[in-house]
Amino acid sequence: MAKITYHGVGIKALSACVPCDIVYNKDLGYLIPEEEIEKTINNIGIEQRRIAAPDVMASDLCFKAAQQLMADNHIQPESIDVLLFMSQTSDYRIPATSCLLQHRLGLPRETMCFDISLGCSGYLFALSAAFAYASMDGVNRVLLLDGETFSKIVNRHDKVDWPLYGDAGTATLVEKGDYGDATFMLNTDGSGEEALKIHAGMRNPITPESCVERVREDGNIRSDLEVFMDGMDVFNFAISKVPKSIKLLLKETDRTTDDVDYMVFHQANRFMMDFFVKKLKISPDRVPYCIHKYGNTSSASIPLTISSELSGKLTGDNMVLMSGFGAGLSWGSAIVNMRDCKVSPVIEY
Amino acid sequence: MTLVEFIDNFADLFDETDHDTISASTRYKELAEWSSLLALSVIAMIDEEYDVEFRGDDIRCSNTVEDLYNIVEARVG
Repeated sequence: MAKITYHGVGIKALSACVPCDIVYNKDLGYLIPEEEIEKTINNIGIEQRRIAAPDVMASDLCFKAAQQLMADNHIQPESIDVLLFMSQTSDYRIPATSCLLQHRLGLPRETMCFDISLGCSGYLFALSAAFAYASMDGVNRVLLLDGETFSKIVNRHDKVDWPLYGDAGTATLVEKGDYGDATFMLNTDGSGEEALKIHAGMRNPITPESCVERVREDGNIRSDLEVFMDGMDVFNFAISKVPKSIKLLLKETDRTTDDVDYMVFHQANRFMMDFFVKKLKISPDRVPYCIHKYGNTSSASIPLTISSELSGKLTGDNMVLMSGFGAGLSWGSAIVNMRDCKVSPVIEY
Repeated sequence: MTLVEFIDNFADLFDETDHDTISASTRYKELAEWSSLLALSVIAMIDEEYDVEFRGDDIRCSNTVEDLYNIVEARVG
């Protein structure tokens, strides 16, 4: 377990951008029996999702979110010292997408840029990296861009995954300031690698065969280039690890749920989040949701939820507990004072 | 834990199935209401009531309610 505390670093501003195209889960009759659709929607809590056009990438959504953040907060490109791009749907295998974004955003050549690759827990790990760099001498501002377009790697005939995933890009500006302490607890269990996986890569080289869609377990259709999820194993992982890790974070920081103004979960599915709320005995009015509008946007879901639900609400001190979990297996939580954080409302691409 | 109590907890997860029709020998995957979402409810119930981790393979490898009970009973601390 990595328990990390940062001093005098915080989130100055945050923004998010979603594609304008909406897909409705009530239209999934081709995938789910009509009589089960309403029950499925109620259970997963997802009515609609945003799906990127074929020529729109996670980096495009992040680019627009970053432009909005910089305009809303009068941030000069020259003031950004580090740019991080967190995604598993980057533009190319080579080069790193963060390099392309440095150029597009007009950031100076002195900007340090690199990509981070993790699943749905990624925002917590990337935010921790952003806090770490912003803590260092020589760095004042870090721009973290977290975006995913899972619609490009999920098969539309996979009834486990397709009803869940949506696309989004986000921007988070981290900088030195009077923010107090922020504590992160980050965890990994690679023994669960099979629970959520895309089979094709370097170990299983991509061949013409990899692209062939095949009928898999329970009639789901998928190629080796698309996401597989064992829903039951991932659910078991999340409910057994997440509440315990949040309780431990609160204990280690001498807090209780009463000290938390907002608890923002990775928007996996509503059923799971309701389970966490019940288990942690936290008042539901302190748990923002945007899953009904945007679905599960993987690692972008935490900043997207903040942009969608907390814009204009983070004036003064606001203790925000965030918790993400997903492929790896990987999970993490953080408690951060989002003091006077300028949150831009969600924009469309 | 007892088998009777486990069957009660299991049956409570079903909305449309008559609880009296669920017994130790019920092949639960053959119930009309059974679904992948109900499987998640079973995993959640076992976590909440018995603090036992239940994996996808545990569901896949069991057929009757008693099979589920036996796995949970073997893991209860």
